Amino acid sequence: MKRAECIEALYPELEDRLVVTIMGATAQELYDLGHRENFFYLQHAMGLASSIGLGLAMNLPDEKVAVLDGDGSVLMNMGGLATLARYRPPNLTHIIFDNGSLLSTGGFDSHTTSGITDLAAVARGAGCPDVHLAQTLYEFVEAAAESFENDVMSTIVAKVEAVGPDHYGMDFKLPENAIRFQRFVQERVRPRGGETASVQADDLRHHPA
Amino acid sequence: MTVSRDNSKRIYEGIKRAGIHYLSALPETWLVYLLQLAEDDPEVTLVEVAKEEEAIGIAAGAYFAGRPNALLMQNHGFLASINGIVSLALLYRIPMLMLIAHRGHIGEPYPWHTQGGILTEPVLRGLSLPFDYVRDPDQVGRQIREAYTLAMSSLSPVALLLTRDIMED
Repeated sequence: MKRAECIEALYPELEDRLVVTIMGATAQELYDLGHRENFFYLQHAMGLASSIGLGLAMNLPDEKVAVLDGDGSVLMNMGGLATLARYRPPNLTHIIFDNGSLLSTGGFDSHTTSGITDLAAVARGAGCPDVHLAQTLYEFVEAAAESFENDVMSTIVAKVEAVGPDHYGMDFKLPENAIRFQRFVQERVRPRGGETASVQADDLRHHPA
Repeated sequence: MTVSRDNSKRIYEGIKRAGIHYLSALPETWLVYLLQLAEDDPEVTLVEVAKEEEAIGIAAGAYFAGRPNALLMQNHGFLASINGIVSLALLYRIPMLMLIAHRGHIGEPYPWHTQGGILTEPVLRGLSLPFDYVRDPDQVGRQIREAYTLAMSSLSPVALLLTRDIMED
């Protein structure tokens, strides 16, 4: 199966979620389906997409958070799987597209190629409570549907082909993505009141006119 | 020399008075009492990471969520976080407050801390990160509040270096 097919199948379900993607092909394939203000693309700092997802999910228990990760990025932050397992916010779904390749940086084999490192086993061993392995698009869609519904932090390792888009580029700057994403989240949570809603007002109070 | 329980409490009170109730940390000797206070405090959430760079990502997520937060780490953990600081916090303009135990500097008896201690300030300067030294328990509350204010206004990480003066009795 191709990652682009998985993301396309997922896309309607992402409308109501806060989505954090890794760099390169994964970010581009999501973007090409149509950018939404609830998407944040981490175009560098490999490994930290899942950590951003953890910070979001722990602090916004009423929101659903999805992280679109990759084998190369997870391999750079395997300790992060253990941190996710320890705090396991139930509103977080961690999807790891495993193409066995550092596709966006030259296509070199990653440690998961030929089954050397089994990321689903790593996630289970780290203590992640609900780990799915998807080999086909059908299995992926089924695993995603279940993970989005259940009340436990879920991890999906999707084995995909090492293919990506033939172009890269987005029509906004990286800090603009962060600023718009933060604003989207704040506007969404503000009507609910509570602690998160007061932060912007506090910032302004510190600010001379 | 022992870690100062009283001054750890002053730092902790400063963090809470700045409105910060979400902390990510990797335990280290000078931070022991601070982290114990956080663990025992129902008003505060403490996330313990496996490696400090994770905390850069977690802080970014908490910032997006609108939750005032801070990172507690040893200076060697700061050195281990640099790609996250550069390619997430600086690249995307994400504010964060880092409280860094400044091990390995003047007065340090343990050789293994010394290279990190000596290099911490030059690396902060190399990254153009605003920072200040924390020495006086009577000033730490103000320093935390002001560092947090600068982080939020500049959309940059800001560091406070917790020195031997304040961390040891």
